[in-house]
Parts: sequence; structure tokens; C-alpha cells
Amino acid sequence: MDLLYKVFLDPFVQMGTAPDLLVQTLWDGLVAGVLYSLIALGFVLIFKASGVFNFAQGIMVVFAALTLVGLHEKGVPAYLALAITLAVMFGLAVGVERLMLRPLVNQPDIILFMATFGLTYFLIGFGELVFGGNPKVMIASELGLPKGAVDINFAGGFVSLQKIDIAAAIIASLMVAALAVFFQKTRIGRALRAVADSHKAALSVGISLNQIWVIVWFAAGVVALATGIMWGARSEVSFALQIIALKALPVLILGGFTSIPGAIVGGLIIGIGEKVGEFYWGPLLGSGIETWLAYVIALVFLLFRPQGLFGEKIIERI
Amino acid sequence: MFYREAGQFKTSYTADMSVFPILQDRVGLAIILIVAVAIIPFFGSGFLLQAVMTPFLVFALATIGLNLLTGYTGLLSLGTGAFMGVGAYACYKLTTYFPDVNLIVWIIVSGFFSAAVGVLFGLPSLRIKGFYLAVATLAAQFFLSWCFIRQPWFYNYNVSGAIEVPTRTLFGIPITGATSSDATRYFIVLGFVIAMTWLASNLVHGRIGRMWMAVRDMDLAAELIGIRLLRTKLLAFAISSFYCGVAGALMVFMWYGSAEPSVFDVNLSFYILFMVIIGGLGSLTGSFFGAALIYILPILLRYVPAEFGMPIQSSTVEHIQYMVIGALIVFFLIVEPAGLARLWQVGKQKLRVWPFPY
Repeated sequence: MDLLYKVFLDPFVQMGTAPDLLVQTLWDGLVAGVLYSLIALGFVLIFKASGVFNFAQGIMVVFAALTLVGLHEKGVPAYLALAITLAVMFGLAVGVERLMLRPLVNQPDIILFMATFGLTYFLIGFGELVFGGNPKVMIASELGLPKGAVDINFAGGFVSLQKIDIAAAIIASLMVAALAVFFQKTRIGRALRAVADSHKAALSVGISLNQIWVIVWFAAGVVALATGIMWGARSEVSFALQIIALKALPVLILGGFTSIPGAIVGGLIIGIGEKVGEFYWGPLLGSGIETWLAYVIALVFLLFRPQGLFGEKIIERI
Repeated sequence: MFYREAGQFKTSYTADMSVFPILQDRVGLAIILIVAVAIIPFFGSGFLLQAVMTPFLVFALATIGLNLLTGYTGLLSLGTGAFMGVGAYACYKLTTYFPDVNLIVWIIVSGFFSAAVGVLFGLPSLRIKGFYLAVATLAAQFFLSWCFIRQPWFYNYNVSGAIEVPTRTLFGIPITGATSSDATRYFIVLGFVIAMTWLASNLVHGRIGRMWMAVRDMDLAAELIGIRLLRTKLLAFAISSFYCGVAGALMVFMWYGSAEPSVFDVNLSFYILFMVIIGGLGSLTGSFFGAALIYILPILLRYVPAEFGMPIQSSTVEHIQYMVIGALIVFFLIVEPAGLARLWQVGKQKLRVWPFPY
């Protein structure tokens, strides 16, 4: 009885008696969710266009952030460093397409997945070799990102919102909107969607697969850079960040690998579910359930919808 | 040249269907076994035994385990590290509760614990496929890792949070702990690996293996020809986890001596998956090749520059090592996506028809 009370009643009583804490937890979850969504977005872009499950997205986030900070440390002005980093990410996209995707075209998914593992290892080694393995501080203020917190009076308590988190949420929404417009309205966007539908059909109407791949990997690189800046500004830039790539996986399966709205909604569900679960139910089990709660949430959703919330319906033929 | 089967006639179906139909292959296998059993333990240095061969064999065993699941049944799993952890922790708990029972028995029993956990987490595999399943097994990985870190019952409420291997003996000879010799532990691991590889070979060549491969190639079609999907998939999960569990127990008891929970984190799962894919999906020989390449190559990379007298800082070596491994993975995938096992096959075929191209 006592246990049932603790599991099913007590957390809700707590939520009711201290709504400010609930709102704070929800906000934390929302912010974490936005960042998960951003990483998941990078995954989805590449998966849609090339069918590659890009495990290296996490390390691309770290790599982009490290390049930016590393350049700034060498004395390059912040905005110029940003431009150079974008150029580096473009170079990376071209390199990946030339050296990895092109020779591996038409291989099974798992082989391409494996190849992105190789890329991950390579980038870890390369990044540490060039920029060193020590954690760095993100140059948030130099890039014009706000600092500090806003305190809002709410239901007899305070809810504290970090300005950087608000900025992250806004930038993420802008980015998603821009990507949506890019996908729906531009020529390249249409080509991208065609490639996502069928490689062969796209090729036959004269779309260059190689070009498209460079574009999506570059787009994923830009998303990675934005994620790196946001996440780096909240904590610091270090190789530990690549672990968040694993956090994006439940988001992906929740939303479906091929759906951009899915990545967003999935990210928010996971982020909020994780924080609320940790805060209200975590102490029951011994804390730290954040590490696996996201996966369990995703697993439960999957049992009912095996293709994810927004994924395309799986049709099996013999 | 010497690798040619001309003159070797098969007079029965059994001979024709044997696992090693060519005499040279059988001789080669015998030589490898003799070297492994009679030469390495007596003439190899402690470093070779303890830091190269034992870990290599342990990884090979885990790789076979994952290969049964991913290579033969086509179920992608990223929970290998956790299943190995289940084996290690089960063995540790059992041998501390019942110290009088022979450790070898507990290592095998811990495999069954791991198998049970594997079946539990394999249940979603009937509904979830491909990468979705990989993520579902990641749930197992993170949940079990969390258990090993946060639930003190698993490590007997140690202050350090790590498991320490107690000294156990077999026929009066210490086989674990500080007093055991490298050669003894090598022999035990070797014994397990030989026995379980033989078992795996029989499994995959028999009815069960064929069911697995049918499911891998197309599970819907397999179901139509009368293979029960749930049973087959769960059996694959059980046997694969059994292998991983035994490998995990051997890893802690015969190699590390003590283990932090972080040993069994997700990186170990990825590491084993590398070995499976580089070695060759659906090949037992490939499992050994993959384990050798991924585990032994970094050791070589560490010592080769020093041999040539190149003064490189150890941290730089480590970074370059990462880059080289990453580049090599991509390189091998491009050269032969079917893995080292296929390269080996191609090489043998070339030898067979030499000096003609085909």
C-alpha cells in the first residue's frame, strides 16, 4: 500500500502543492528536449536523404563546437571563427561524401552505420589531436548570446529561466522553420525529398545523388554547430558531449527516423518525461534513472507503434 | 599449390557436408589448436598470455555470441556489454554466496542468468525491427548499467562500488585472484572458447542455425514456411546472451581481476559490434578475425612507433590510434563489406586455383 501510494499518489500531491517546482521541472525538460530535438534533427536529415543512420552526429556536434572555440582561442574573431567553422563543416561533408559514402553506395544499412562509427573514431582522434582533450568554455558572450536568468513570480514561488535557454528555444524553432521552408519550397529541397523517396527514381530524373549528399551532410553539420553552441554554452565543450548522441536515439525512435516534426515532438516528450520522471519518481528507485528512462518511454511507445509516432507505415511484402 | 583438394574424394554424404571438407583446412585447424594449447602457454611470455591472448579469446567468445544474434538471426543488438555484465555480476554474486561450489560451474550458470535477461529484453524483437530494435536493446544496456552502479546489492555493498574477484581453486590450483598463474587462466579461457565455438559451429550448421538464417533473410517468409518467429528469435537472444554472459564472467574473473561497473558500459557493446562487422556478419571464423584485428591492432600501434625509435608522446599516440582505427574501419568496409571472413574465403579460393586466375 505504502509503495502504491508513493508511486501513484505522492508525486501528484507534490505537483499540486508546489506548482512552481512543477513548472520549473517542465521548463528544464522542455529545454533539454529542444536540444535533443536538434540532435535528432541532424540524424533525420541524413537518414531521410541517404538512408544512413549517422552515428557520428554526436561527435559532429563536439567537433563543430571545438573548432569554433579552438579558432577563437588562436585569436580569430568570434564571427570569423563561426564562418570558418561552417567552411570546415562543409569540407567535412565533401570529405565524407567522397571518401566514405561514394565507395559504399548500395551497401546494406548496417555497413553504412558501421562506417559512421569509423568516422566517429576518426573525428575523436582528429579533434583531440588538433584541439587537445581538455574541456573548453563556449564563447557564448562573444557570439552575442544573452547571459543570466529571468525570475518569474509564479504561484507563490519563483521559476528561474536561463536566458541562454530561451535563446536556444528560439534559435531551434527558427532553424526548424527554415529547414521546413527549405524542404518544401526550394528546388534543392524538392530534390532532397525525391531522393528520400527513392534513390533510383531520383537518379533517373537527373538528380545528382552525390551533390544531394554533400548538401544534407552540410545541413546536418550546420545543425550540429548550432547544437554545439547551445549545449556548450550551458555546460562546456568536451568530448563527453558526444554521449548526447545516444540520448537522441530514443527521440528518434519515438518520432520515427524519417520525420522532422517527429524529431521535434519526440525530443520534447523525451526531455519532459525524463526530467519529470527523475524529479518525482527518481528518488523511489535511487536517483539517476534519467539514463534509461528515455529508452523505456521510447520502448513503450514502440510497442504500440513500431514505426514511431510519425514514421512512415511499414509495409511488408514477400 | 599446396592448398588444393585434387584427389580428395568424398564417398558419403556426411563427408561431403562436413564443416571442413578439405584436408588442408583440417590440418590447419589442428596446427592452430596445437599452437594454442601446447605452445603458447609454455613458451609465451606473461604479457602475451595475460594482455594479448586471454583478452583476445574473451572478446572472440563475446563476438561469437553477438554474431549468433546479429549475423545469423539478423537482430541488431547494442546491449552486449550489459549482457556480459549480467554474466560477470551473476558469477560474482553466486561465488560469494556459495564459495564451495566450483567456479567453473558458476561461470556456466551465470551464462543462464544472462540468457534469461536476454530473453526478457528480446521480447520486443517480435514487433520491432532493424535500427528500432537496436535502440530497444540500448534500453537494456542503460537500464542494466544503471543497476550495476546504483543498486548496491549487485556488488555486495562494497565501498568502492567495484566487484573484486575472490581466490577460487580447481583441484587445489588457484584459478582466480592474485595467486593464480597466467597460464592457468589462459587454459580455462581457452577451454571455454574451444568448447563453445564447437557448440556454436554445430548450432549454426544444424536445424536451429537454418531457422535463424531463414529469419534473418526474411522473417515473414520464414514464418510462412512454418518457423515460429517468437521462439526462434528468443532462442537466438537466449543463446547469444548465454555466450556474452560467459564471456563477461571470464572477462572479470580471468582477465581484469576486479571490475568497475563502467567496464560494461555502452562502449563495450559498440566494441563487440565492431568486431562482428569487421570480422564478417554470420561467420564464426570471422568472429576470431574481428576480435584479433580490433583488439590486437591497437596494441601493435602502441608498440610499433617505439620500436622504430620515433619519439611520440603517449597522448598523441592514443589520438593517432583513434584516427587509424576509424580510418581502418572505413577502409575495410569499403574493401570488403562482408568482412575479413570473406577476404579469407577469397584468398583461399585464389590459392586453390593458383596459378590460374579462375
